[in-house]
Amino acid sequence: MKKEYTITVYTENQIGLLNRIAIIFSRRKINIESLNTSPSESEGIHRFTILINETEEVVRKLCRQIEKQVEVLKAYYNTEDEIVWQELAMYKVSTDAIAEKVKVERLLREYGARAVVIRKDYTVFETSGHREETDRLIKVLEPHGLIEFVRSARVAIIKSSNGFHEKLKQFEQLEPGEEVIENEYLSKQAEVFSM
Amino acid sequence: MDTVITAPNKTATSTPKPTVSISGSQAVLDALLAENATTIFGYPGGAIMPIYDALYDYTNQIKHILVRHEQGAIHAAQGYARSSGKTGVVFATSGPGATNLVTGLADAMIDSTPLVCITGQVFAHLLGTDAFQEVDVINITTPVTKWNYQITDATEIPHVLAKAFFIAGTGRPGPVLIDITKNAQLQKFEYSGYEKCNHIRSYRPKPIIRKSYIEEAAKVINEAKKPFVIFGQGVILGKAEQELKAFIEKGNFPAAWTVLGLSALPTEHPLNMGMLGMHGNYGPNVLTNECDVLIAVGMRFDDRVTGRLDKYAKQAKVIHLDIDPAEIDKNVQTTVPVWGDCKETLPMLTQLIQPNNHTAWINRFREYAQQEYDVVIQNELNPTSPIMTMGEVIKTLNELTNGDAIVVTDVGQHQMVACRYAKFNQSKSNITSGGAGTMGFGLPAAIGAKFGAPNRTVVAIIGDGGFQMTLQELGTIMQFNVDVKILILNNEFLGMVRQWQQLFHDKRYSFVDITSPNFVQLAKAYHIEGNSIKDRSQLKNALQTMLNHKGSYLLEVMVGKENNVFPMVPQGCSVAEIRLQ
Repeated sequence: MKKEYTITVYTENQIGLLNRIAIIFSRRKINIESLNTSPSESEGIHRFTILINETEEVVRKLCRQIEKQVEVLKAYYNTEDEIVWQELAMYKVSTDAIAEKVKVERLLREYGARAVVIRKDYTVFETSGHREETDRLIKVLEPHGLIEFVRSARVAIIKSSNGFHEKLKQFEQLEPGEEVIENEYLSKQAEVFSM
Repeated sequence: MDTVITAPNKTATSTPKPTVSISGSQAVLDALLAENATTIFGYPGGAIMPIYDALYDYTNQIKHILVRHEQGAIHAAQGYARSSGKTGVVFATSGPGATNLVTGLADAMIDSTPLVCITGQVFAHLLGTDAFQEVDVINITTPVTKWNYQITDATEIPHVLAKAFFIAGTGRPGPVLIDITKNAQLQKFEYSGYEKCNHIRSYRPKPIIRKSYIEEAAKVINEAKKPFVIFGQGVILGKAEQELKAFIEKGNFPAAWTVLGLSALPTEHPLNMGMLGMHGNYGPNVLTNECDVLIAVGMRFDDRVTGRLDKYAKQAKVIHLDIDPAEIDKNVQTTVPVWGDCKETLPMLTQLIQPNNHTAWINRFREYAQQEYDVVIQNELNPTSPIMTMGEVIKTLNELTNGDAIVVTDVGQHQMVACRYAKFNQSKSNITSGGAGTMGFGLPAAIGAKFGAPNRTVVAIIGDGGFQMTLQELGTIMQFNVDVKILILNNEFLGMVRQWQQLFHDKRYSFVDITSPNFVQLAKAYHIEGNSIKDRSQLKNALQTMLNHKGSYLLEVMVGKENNVFPMVPQGCSVAEIRLQ
């Protein structure tokens, strides 16, 4: 069954690596729903957050292909309930329309939105949250003339993760400890050889 | 200058290292010397001229083979790597020079061949300006390289090349491409010596072997009634031929090979049951779907090996030994994954398995082999028709070489026939384009194979079609006196495609009727001796003359036009549905 999976990739910060990772998906004709690159908790280590809709089997194989890349340290995949995630959205609307027809105050409160810029001709709001939340505000603003809308890629924190600092120390050693190279083969439920 | 840059003695790390001022180009060549990569296949051009200029001073330490086309260079480097077990090195210029490497990179990528390709690039300030002979080599080659990198500053050269050699040759080997802009080749910098790379924090070529998996695998194997070992090139790349032999001998496991695993186990070994896959042997294919434990060693379950996946070995528990974790569960679900270098994992398994004989099970293979012999092999090797078969040519060649030659093949019917019937006594003796199926691979790869194993006889078996794809490399053979025996099996057709058209497209022979030049005269134009025969009575002598000849030789053997390679697993069928005719 296809589901939304969030893939988190820890990498070196290297030109061309984005392409190397992107073609793993495009070669298999898999659409990337959203992609974000940013620094991570560890200095010098980059973090990709990739959102795709696929079956777990496909996602697991994709992660192994990603991890196979020389400059990738680690790839994880998680379902929605295993992560805390946010997307940022920005909305540009006519200031006149807002002032006349919509109660700005109510908007700010209900959608947790805030005005980033207020000019005579337009106002820019931003809000962050889950997809449904940012979508809802589009619906509200659309009748009043939404001039521009943009939403960022998903960023996600893995609930069970202890971060990458300790792992990185291990990776820097010639012979990393066993615990750092998790056993990708053991199923998550039981410690048996069921794949 | 008499080369060897004698600057930096490795001193204690606390004191600053002494440096010398050298150019980026010199640093490239110094790196090659340090990596003992002293045979290079290449072709010069504008953007790599500084490196070639520096090479001019290194010619007594580095042997550069000037090919006739960059594709020839990279296939030669592949042949070199495959026969020597070392990393092949290629030089090419920017633009078309670099794009001509792409086919070879794809071939080396899928066949896990260690290569370091160095391409020249336009000056850094011209990048992205559509300069003369500028192409985006890094992005073009990303999907077909294990790693690639563009150098724009000479100071990067020593450590990037060290990384390149480390990445190409370790773990699951593969091709690496380093693109060096012309300014970096010319740039002088303070060089403190070359240090080999042995660790990259984001790259773990050597998996940690889990004892628990070995134990679990041994338990499954020890309970097996019908165990079957299938092995691939991982055994050769891991230099684990002896370990494989010890393993199968202790358990008395019947074993079969993929095309690239060929020659890892001597042909005559009693447990060698033959070839897997589309044109493989009868027993190994049929019994894949009957074994109870399938032990896959250093192979990747290619579709040409598995046939229809949903009907492949479904009854068996699968133990997969591989160094590349991405291969495990990729095509076939594993019961016990043994992730690691088979040089280490095989002996660990051997220690835990119980000796066994499996006589009845092994006899099943022999029965199938007999059926295959009666229906296919007998006629192929001892035909009654006056027209020669490819199989009998290979059989006669075996008798004369005694299985000691390196056989390099191109792609097509002759390749499958050679793999089926050629005899091998030692490893690294079969060199062919397996995963990519690159026609035109054979001739340049044979040139490289000879440089990689100069003391061995190299026979390039090539079809009339494939030979015409890279025959310009006869010029390389001529110029460097490369002792390659070229055996053209001419059926006046693009035979494999014709076979498929016959079997699956109602004999509609669409553009497979290929004409050839007079190959002997062509060879003669390159001062290469040759002969062409069509009578069986001439075969043995002609082959003997070819093998005895001092230096390169071309022998064309006219074979049956419409012979087919059998057995065959038709596409979309299971391995058990293999057809004998």
